[in-house]
Amino acid sequence: MALELELISPFDVAKDFALSVQEYTLLSAQSLANFFRRPLYVGDMLQQADLIGVGSLPIVILTGLSVGALLALNSASTLQRFGGITLIGQLVSIGMVTELGPLITGLMVAGRNASGMASEIGSMIVTEQIDAMRALGTDPSKKLITPRVGATVFMLFFLTIIADLLGLCGGWAVSHLLFGLDSNQYWTSAWEILVFRDVFTGLIKPVLFGFIIATIGCYYGISTRGGTQGVGRSTTQAVVASSVLILIVDFFVTKLIFAILGVR
Amino acid sequence: MSAPTLPLDQSAPATGDRSRFAVEFENVSIAFDEKVVLDGISFQLPHGETKALFGVAGSGKSVLLKLAMGLLAPDSGRTWALGEEVTSMSEEQLFKLRRRVGIVFQESALFDSMKVWENVAFRLVEEKVPNDEIERRVREVLRFVELERTYDMLPSELSGGMRRRVAIARAIITQPEVILYDSPTGGLDPVTSNTIVELIMKQRDVAKTSALLVTHRLQDAFTMASHEFDPKTNQMMAIPKGQRGNVPMSFMILRDGKVIFDGDLHELATSRDEYIREYIS
Repeated sequence: MALELELISPFDVAKDFALSVQEYTLLSAQSLANFFRRPLYVGDMLQQADLIGVGSLPIVILTGLSVGALLALNSASTLQRFGGITLIGQLVSIGMVTELGPLITGLMVAGRNASGMASEIGSMIVTEQIDAMRALGTDPSKKLITPRVGATVFMLFFLTIIADLLGLCGGWAVSHLLFGLDSNQYWTSAWEILVFRDVFTGLIKPVLFGFIIATIGCYYGISTRGGTQGVGRSTTQAVVASSVLILIVDFFVTKLIFAILGVR
Repeated sequence: MSAPTLPLDQSAPATGDRSRFAVEFENVSIAFDEKVVLDGISFQLPHGETKALFGVAGSGKSVLLKLAMGLLAPDSGRTWALGEEVTSMSEEQLFKLRRRVGIVFQESALFDSMKVWENVAFRLVEEKVPNDEIERRVREVLRFVELERTYDMLPSELSGGMRRRVAIARAIITQPEVILYDSPTGGLDPVTSNTIVELIMKQRDVAKTSALLVTHRLQDAFTMASHEFDPKTNQMMAIPKGQRGNVPMSFMILRDGKVIFDGDLHELATSRDEYIREYIS
């Protein structure tokens, strides 16, 4: 059987991409505008907060502890060589709070929840449940998307704080138990090194990452076409797109904050 | 080959008189990926009447139902539902209109993560109806479709026929003025199909609801045209031949995106069009 290859015009690809960006922007803007329109589905938002926040807690605890411990373990040998083992608290603190805490938590929640949202909404699309919802006079954007956006932003903020704290605990465990660093010295240096800019950077990122995770997950879900195969495709695309977008936004946000608040 | 077209009276009523009809289409056309599905469709559904829509698979019957309640927008033409112009309304305005229209989807489209009662009560919960009234009305409508025992079950625990009946219960709980049925008996055994037909007839004759009924099963529509529901015996009864003209039932056949027949049972039975005769034989 001869394999037929269909050539796609680069113009069509660019046009499809521009259309996707436009649709995503509209969906994102509408999900925010819905916070100021009635009805606001508070019950659905709490249910999503439970699913996203409480459900992601074990994986966030595990990754937070591991990343903090690994950060301490990898940097300790270098610092020890220069007699700077006492700086380990500062290094773990800055690393976790400004960068690794928000980033790792964002990527973990993206892997877990962007895929979940895309597959759930995608399945509803292919089984006409979204049409049924519209036919029953309910706006799917208000009922399904806005509660997920609100819940993800809210819960990712607190999950990141938990990951930061557990990362510091992981770093303390390694530096105290393996390298014999005094606990007081570790925690004091970890606390004192942090300035407003670090905490602000570390807390603004989860808000943006949460928004990206929920809107990308919902966008790929709502754009699902082509039955169960389409649902699988949307799920994969949602995880890839949200992870890539998180990394890109992370870079630019860090640069922007450096530009506004100055480099340390 | 283009479809033979019967002379139909497709003229629109005088301006401002749209409320005479439950649903009205005027020169509606829609295409998907350059394939024309509906091409200049015009028809009216008077209040209280059930119109059965026939046509081969892919002839645009389901699309027509979605156009009727604004779930799809036509490429050209205008549609009205309950006197309001659907094609000129925003999605926000359509949500309000759709609360007065019920729809039963081809595959039921029940919310699979919700229990049967939650599916049926969906509209009432949205309207913040008190909980005790929700339970009373859900039980009442589930009794109407003879499925009260499924109250706490999930859709995945129901058979295909039961899911259709739950979908009917969900569509009628708010007592809509129009119901759109998309192949409600498709893929069901004859006994279950009869139960569904009886329910649709009950809705037509007891609640006097207008309906568009998409079906592939001619016998279902013929049963509806030749029987009426008797609320006393809670059963459908055959109507003597001479009195069948009183049944609020009409037929419409789509072919190649056009309406090739729109009339009552007598006109359908006496049609000389070759395609129609072959279709109903």
